[in-house]
Amino acid sequence: MTSAIHEGLVPGSIPVGRDAPAPARRNKIEVVELTARYGNREAITGVTLSIPARTVTAIIGPSGCGKSTLLRCLNRLHEATPGAGVSGRILLDGRDLRAEDPIVVRRRVGMVFQRPNPFPTMSVRDNVLAGFRLTGVRPRSPEEVVERALRRAALWNEVKDALDRPGTSLSGGQQQRLCIARALAVEPEVLLMDEPCSALDPVATARIEELVREVAPEVTVVMVTHNMQQAARVSERTAFLYLGRLVEVGDTATIFTRPAERLTEEYITGRFG
Amino acid sequence: MTRRVTSDTAFQGVLVFAGVGGLALLGGIAWVVGTMSEDAFRHVGFWRFLVGTTWDPVAGEFGAWPALLGTLLTSALALVLALPLGFAVAVFLNEVAPARLASPLSALVDLLAAVPSVIYGLWGLFVLAPAVRDHVQPALQAVLPDLPFFRGPPLGVGVLCAGVLLAVMVLPVVTSVAREVLRALPDSFREAALALGATRFEVVRRVLFPAARSGLLGAGVLGLGRALGETMAVTMVIGNRHDVPDSLFAPGYTLAAVIANEFSEAFSPLYLSALAGLAAVLMGTTLILNAGARLLVLHARGRWS
Amino acid sequence: MNGRAEERDPAIRRFRRRRLADRVFLVLTVASVGVVLAPLVAVVGSVVARGAAAVTPEFLVSVSRPVGEPGGGIGHALAGSALLVGSALAVAGPFGIAAGLFLAGTRRNRIAWAVRASADVLTGVPSIVVGVFAYAVLVVPLRHFSGLAGTLALAVLMWPLIARATEEVVRMVPRELSEAGLALGARNWRVALRVVVPAAFPGIGAALIGAASRAAGETAPLMFTAFGSPFLALDPTEPVAAVPLVIFNYAVSPYDDWRRQAWAAALVLCVLVLAGNLVSRSLIARRAPR
Repeated sequence: MTSAIHEGLVPGSIPVGRDAPAPARRNKIEVVELTARYGNREAITGVTLSIPARTVTAIIGPSGCGKSTLLRCLNRLHEATPGAGVSGRILLDGRDLRAEDPIVVRRRVGMVFQRPNPFPTMSVRDNVLAGFRLTGVRPRSPEEVVERALRRAALWNEVKDALDRPGTSLSGGQQQRLCIARALAVEPEVLLMDEPCSALDPVATARIEELVREVAPEVTVVMVTHNMQQAARVSERTAFLYLGRLVEVGDTATIFTRPAERLTEEYITGRFG
Repeated sequence: MTRRVTSDTAFQGVLVFAGVGGLALLGGIAWVVGTMSEDAFRHVGFWRFLVGTTWDPVAGEFGAWPALLGTLLTSALALVLALPLGFAVAVFLNEVAPARLASPLSALVDLLAAVPSVIYGLWGLFVLAPAVRDHVQPALQAVLPDLPFFRGPPLGVGVLCAGVLLAVMVLPVVTSVAREVLRALPDSFREAALALGATRFEVVRRVLFPAARSGLLGAGVLGLGRALGETMAVTMVIGNRHDVPDSLFAPGYTLAAVIANEFSEAFSPLYLSALAGLAAVLMGTTLILNAGARLLVLHARGRWS
Repeated sequence: MNGRAEERDPAIRRFRRRRLADRVFLVLTVASVGVVLAPLVAVVGSVVARGAAAVTPEFLVSVSRPVGEPGGGIGHALAGSALLVGSALAVAGPFGIAAGLFLAGTRRNRIAWAVRASADVLTGVPSIVVGVFAYAVLVVPLRHFSGLAGTLALAVLMWPLIARATEEVVRMVPRELSEAGLALGARNWRVALRVVVPAAFPGIGAALIGAASRAAGETAPLMFTAFGSPFLALDPTEPVAAVPLVIFNYAVSPYDDWRRQAWAAALVLCVLVLAGNLVSRSLIARRAPR
C-alpha cells in the first residue's frame, strides 16, 4: 500500500532498494516518503532522506518538529506506541524494514533515549547484558562483553569496581553512558540517539560527544538534538526538520555556513519564533 | 503489514484470557446463582417470594420480605449514623487537621477497614449487644416511652444493634471515599472562597459540599453496598428471627444472615433454591447500587481535573 | 456605650454569628473524629484485652479439643487458613497479575473496559454470594464440603483486587523503561516479565499481600465451602478448618471456654490481617517517592 503511494507520487520513479544501482557513497539507511501519525495527527510527512554508513548524522529542528518520531521509525519503535501509524518505506542496507521482524531490526539498530533509563531492578553488569538477557541469548563470554561495551562507552574505569551495584545508583551522566554501553553491547550496526545529552551537564555532555565520535567509524550514528552547536561538533551530516517536513539535508559544514533554504538559515542563526 | 504468530501473540493471548476469564467469572456467578434460584422463583412466584412474610421451609413456604426488610432497615440505620460522621471526619482530615495529624489518622481509619467482619461481630455480640440491652434501650425507653419503634423486651441483639455495628463497619469506607472526593476538588475553590472572606465552615458548606455532591452521594452508596452485603457481623447480632421487626430493638434477619445460617443445613432442593434466591436478590441489589456509586464517584473525580 | 452600639450594628452581629458557626463547626468535626474512633478503638481494645491472656504458644499449635477438656487451640485452623489462602493466592495471583498487565497495556478498548468494569463489580459482590457460587460449582458435584471449594471462593474474591492493583502499579512504570527493552530487540513478553513486572514488583507484592490478608479474614464464603473441621485436615478434597470459622463457631457456642478461645483466635487473626495490611501499605509507600 505504501509503495503504491510512493509510486503514485513519483511517476516513473527510480527504483529504490534492492534493485537500485549502488550509490557512490554507500547509504546505510534510506527513508522514502515516510509519513508517521499519532492517531489522526501527522508527526512527519513525506520525509525522504539517506543516511550514509559509518558517519554521524544529526537531525535538528525546533521541538515538536517530528525529529524523535523520525528516529523512532528507524527502529520501528514508533509503531509500538498506541495509535501510531506509518506509511512510506525505510530501507536498511537496501531491505525494507517491514520485511523484517521488528525484533531483528531493533537488534541491528540500537537506541539511546533522552532521559537515562537504566533498568532499575538490574545491576550495572546486568544492564549492559540486558540486550542478551532480554532476547534469550547467552553471550559466550559475558565478562568480555561487559568490559568492551563499558570501555567503548568510556565508563569502564569509573564502574569496574561497582558492576554489582544497581544501575540507577550511578550519576546521571554515568547512567546515560551505561545506556550507551547497553546499546553497544549487542554490536548494533546503527545507533539512534534521541537528544542523549539534554538531561546532562556540560562535562557529561562533552564525554558523550567524544565517545560518539569514537564509535562512529564502526557504527552509523543518527542523533536527534535541538542543540545546534552539538550538531556542528559531532556530525558529518545534518538534516533540518520543520513542522514534520524535511527542509534540507547536507554536509554539516554546508548546512551551517551556506544553507540553501531560508528557513534553515533563520533557524541556525536563531531568528526563529 | 504481515502479522506472524510469535511468542508475543501467545503471551498477549494469555493476558487477554486472564482478563476475559474475570469477565466470565462475573457472568458465571450471576448465571449460577440465577439458575440455582430458578426453582424457588418458579415454585413460589418471583413477587410472592419478594413480598411474602412467611419463611417456613418445612411447609415449602418461602417469603423473603422479613429478611429483605431487615437488610434495608439495618443498612439504612447504618447510613443515617455513618454518613454525617464519615463526612465530618473526612472534612476534618482534609480541611481542618494539619497534615501531621491527618495522615496518621486516615491511616488508622483505613486500617480499621481491614479488620475482618467476624471480629466486629464478636465485639458486637459480647460488648455492643449487652451495652444496648443494659444501657441504650432502657435509656431510650425512659426518655421516649410511647414511641412504638422503641418498645419491646431488652434483648440486646436486634435491628438497632445490627445497624449500629454496621455503621461502625462502613464508617471507614464512607470516610475514605469522601476524603478522596474532597481531595479531588481544586484548591482554587477554597482559595477563592477564603479570599472573599468566607469562614472555613462556609467554604465547606457553600463551596465544597455542593461541588462534591455527586461524589459524596457515591461514598454513601458505596457504604450502603458494603452494609447490604455484610454477613458475619450482622448474623451475630441481628437476633435471627424470620419476622418483620416491629421495633428497633426487635430481633430480625437479613438476606445475607439467612444464607449464612441456613445454607449448609438446607434439607431439600427447593429450600436450597430459595436460599439461592435470597442470594440473587442480594446480588442484584448490590450490583445496581455499586454500578451507580462508581459512576457518581467517577463523575465527581473527572469533573475538576 | 460603645459595646452596645456594636451589638446593634447588624454587620458586626452577622460577623459574630458567622464566627460562632465556624467554631461550632470546628468543634463538631473534631468531636466526630472522637465518636468515630471510639468504637473502632474499642473493637481492637476488647480483642486485645479479652484475647491476650489465652494466646499461648500451646494455643497456636494444638488442635481443637471437645468441650470440657482443658486446653485445645487453633493450630488446625491456622494450618487450614494458610492452606486455603495460600492456594487461593496461587490461583488468583497469576490470573490477577496477567489480567492487570492486560488492563495496563490496553487502555481504550471495549474488552478492556468490560474487564475493568467486571473487576470493579466483582469487588462489590457480597462475599456470601461468592460462597453460594463456589458451593454450586464445587460442593454440589463433589457431594461434600471441601478445601477446594473454599479456595475457589477466596480466589474469586482476590482476583479483582490483584488485577486492579497490578494495573495501577504497572501503569506507573515509566514507558521509557519498556521502550528501552524493546529498543534492544526484546519481545514484548520478555519486556513485560523481565523489565516491567520487576520494576512494579513492590506494588504487585503489596497487592498480593493485601489481597491475601483480606481473604484470610473472610468468613462468610467459607461457611458452606471449606466448612470447617475440628481436625488438622489438610486434604483439599475434605472439609478444612479456618481461623475465622473457628471464631464464629466458638463465639455463638454456649460454652464459656470456647468463647474465650474465640477472643484469643480473634486476636491472632487481627494481628495477622493487620500485619499483612501494614506490610502491604509500607511497600506502597516505599514505591511512592520514585
